[in-house]
Amino acid sequence: MSRLAATFEALKADNKTALVPYIMCADPDIDTTLKLMHELVKSGCNIIELGVPFSDPMADGPVIQAAAERVLVNHVSLRDVIAVVARFRQTDSKTPVILMGYLNPIEVMGYAEFAEQAAAAGVDGALTVDIPPEEAEEYTQLLKAQGIDPIYLLAPTSDDGRIASIGEVAAGFVYYVSLKGVTGAASLDIDSVADKLQQIRQQISLPVGVGFGIGDAETAAKISRLADAVVVGSAIVKRMAEFGHEPEQLIKSVTELTASMRKAMDQANK
Amino acid sequence: MSDADSPIKFDQMPDEKGHFGIYGGVFAAETLMQPINELRDAYEKIKTDPEFQAEFDRDLAHYVGRPSPLYHAQRLSEITGGAQIYLKREDLNHTGAHKINNTIGQALLARKMGKKRIIAETGAGQHGVASATVAARFGMQCVVYMGAEDVVRQAPNVYRMKLLGAEVIPVESGSKTLKDALNEAMRDWVTNVDDTFYIIGTVAGPHPYPEMVRDFQTIIGREARTQCQQQTGRLPDALVACVGGGSNAIGLFHPFLADQEVAIYGVEGGGDGIDTARHAAPLCAGKPGVLHGNRTYLMEDNDGQIIETHCVSAGLDYPGVGPEHAWLKDIGRVNYDAITDTEALEAFHTLTRIEGIIPALESSHAVAYAIKLAKTMRQDQTIIVNLSGRGDKDINTIANIEGIKL
Repeated sequence: MSRLAATFEALKADNKTALVPYIMCADPDIDTTLKLMHELVKSGCNIIELGVPFSDPMADGPVIQAAAERVLVNHVSLRDVIAVVARFRQTDSKTPVILMGYLNPIEVMGYAEFAEQAAAAGVDGALTVDIPPEEAEEYTQLLKAQGIDPIYLLAPTSDDGRIASIGEVAAGFVYYVSLKGVTGAASLDIDSVADKLQQIRQQISLPVGVGFGIGDAETAAKISRLADAVVVGSAIVKRMAEFGHEPEQLIKSVTELTASMRKAMDQANK
Repeated sequence: MSDADSPIKFDQMPDEKGHFGIYGGVFAAETLMQPINELRDAYEKIKTDPEFQAEFDRDLAHYVGRPSPLYHAQRLSEITGGAQIYLKREDLNHTGAHKINNTIGQALLARKMGKKRIIAETGAGQHGVASATVAARFGMQCVVYMGAEDVVRQAPNVYRMKLLGAEVIPVESGSKTLKDALNEAMRDWVTNVDDTFYIIGTVAGPHPYPEMVRDFQTIIGREARTQCQQQTGRLPDALVACVGGGSNAIGLFHPFLADQEVAIYGVEGGGDGIDTARHAAPLCAGKPGVLHGNRTYLMEDNDGQIIETHCVSAGLDYPGVGPEHAWLKDIGRVNYDAITDTEALEAFHTLTRIEGIIPALESSHAVAYAIKLAKTMRQDQTIIVNLSGRGDKDINTIANIEGIKL
C-alpha cells in the first residue's frame, strides 16, 4: 500500500482528518526546510506538500508568488527539491510528501526522468497545477508506473463530466479548490463547499482534500468535518516570509499555527 | 515536412484539442477549464454563423476603416536596389494597429455570451487601447493589466486607455512586463469567471485563443492577397512580419501558407543580438516548453524557469510565441529570424524620412528585415511587409534613446 493510502486509512480508523501544510521548498534555505518538515510532522501534520518554485505561478496569489521569487534568487531547481525529499526520507519513512508546482520545470526535465528521480527520492505524489487530464495521458502513465500518485484539482466550476474524467485518472487523493480565485484568497463559503463535496463523492471514491482560503484553526475545524484532508498554504507561507531571517522563530511560528489547527480539527471531529 | 502526396491542410489546423503538431493545447488550472471550454463551444458556433460574420465584417469596414491600403513604397524599394516593397497599412486602422481586428471579434463574442466585464493584458499598450476602445463602444467594464515597467515606457497609451474609461492596473510582480501582465489577467479571470471575458491580444494562450485570434486577424492576409493580385497581377514573392506573440504575422501569413511559391519570413526582437543573452527571440534561440496555457517555444533556463527578455519594442518583449508559429518553424514553412534594436531603430528613421510613414517600433523590425531581403532579390519581385502599427506611441522612447527632451 502507498504511503498516501496508508495515511488516509490510519486517520480514518482514528476518525481524524489529515492536516496538509504547504511550504515553499528552500524558503529561506534548504536546511530550514528540512527542519521545518520534521517539526510540522511533530505538530500533528500528516502529509507535506512541498512547493516547487516557478517563475510564472499563474494560480497563486501574492504570498506564494513572493515566496517563489525569494527562492528563485538562489536558483533552486526541481532537482534540488527532489534532493530535499531524499534527505527527509533518511529519518522519516512514513510521512507522505507531494510536490506541488507547474508543468514547465517537469517538461524540461522530461516526464520519465522526473518520475524516476522523484520515486527514487521517496516522493509520493505530484500536483501539477496546469496540466489538466486532457493533456496528461503520458504524464499520468509515467508517474503511475513509478508509483507516484498524480493528484488533481477540482474546482467550483468543475461539472459532473469533468469530475468523472478526473476521477478516472487521479490517484492518492483529489484536491478541491474551495473558491474561485488564487491561493490565499479571502474567504470560503462552508455551505457551498459542503454541497460540492457531496457532488464529488458521488463520483470519486478517493479521499478529498480541501484547500485555498483556509487560514485559521476555526476554518480548518469547520472543513475537517466535511473533508478527508485540510490543506493550508498561504497562511503558513506568510509566517515564513515574516521570519525569513530567523529560522528558529519561523519554525516556532508555523508549527504554532499547525498545532492549533490540529487541536481544533480533532475537537471538531469528536 | 509532409511529402508531395499529402499536402498539409493549413486551414484545418489546429486539431479539435487545439494542437498544432506537438504545440498548442490547453494547459490551465482546473478552475479555468470550464470557462475555456465554454469559450471554445461559443467560438465553434459563431465561426460559421453568417450573421456573426456579417456583423464582424460591417464593424471592420465602418468602425475600423477596412480594407487597409496596400501601398507600394517606391522610394524605399529604390534605395534597396532590389525587390519592390509593398506595405500593408494596418497602421491606418482605428486605434493605430492591427490589434483592433481581434478585439472587435472578441467583444462581439463576449456580448453574445452575455459577459459584462472584459479584461486584457497589454505590453506596448496597443492591445489595451484596442480593448478599452471596444469596451467603450459596447458599454462594458474594462480592466487592463500592464507591467509596471511598460506603464512607464508607454505612458501615452496608458492615458488613452484611461480616457476610454478603462482601469489600468500596473503589475509589479516578476519582470514587470507583458508576461507578468498575462499572469495577472489569468488570476483575475480565475477569480471572476462568471461575468468576465478575457480578451487575449495575441495568438497564444489555451485553445481556442490561438485559432480564434488568428481567424479574426486573417482579414489582413486575405485583403493583401486580393490587393497584390490587383496591383501586380500575381502573388507576392515574399511576406515579412514581426513576431512577438505573432498575431499580425499569422494574420498576414495564414492565407498564403498553401502557396509554396510565396516565401515567408517572421522577424523576432533580436535585442542586443541573439548571440547575447539580451533578446526576445524564442523561435530563433529558445526551446519548447509550457507557459500561459499552451506548449510552444520559450525563453527559459535549464531548470524550466522563464527568463527575462529584452527588446526596444515593448510589443515584442515576450518570452513565448503563438503555437502555430512554433509548428510552422518545425515543419519549415516559415523562416524565423531576428532584427536587433539598432537595426530596427535605423529602419524606423529610414521609413519615416523616405516614405513619410512613422512605423511602430515593432513594425520597424519587419521593415528592417524587408530592406535586407529586398537587396537579395530582383527588381521585378515583390515583398509584402505588414506595417502592423504606427509609431506615434513610440516617439517618447525614440527621443529618450537619442537623448532628446520633448
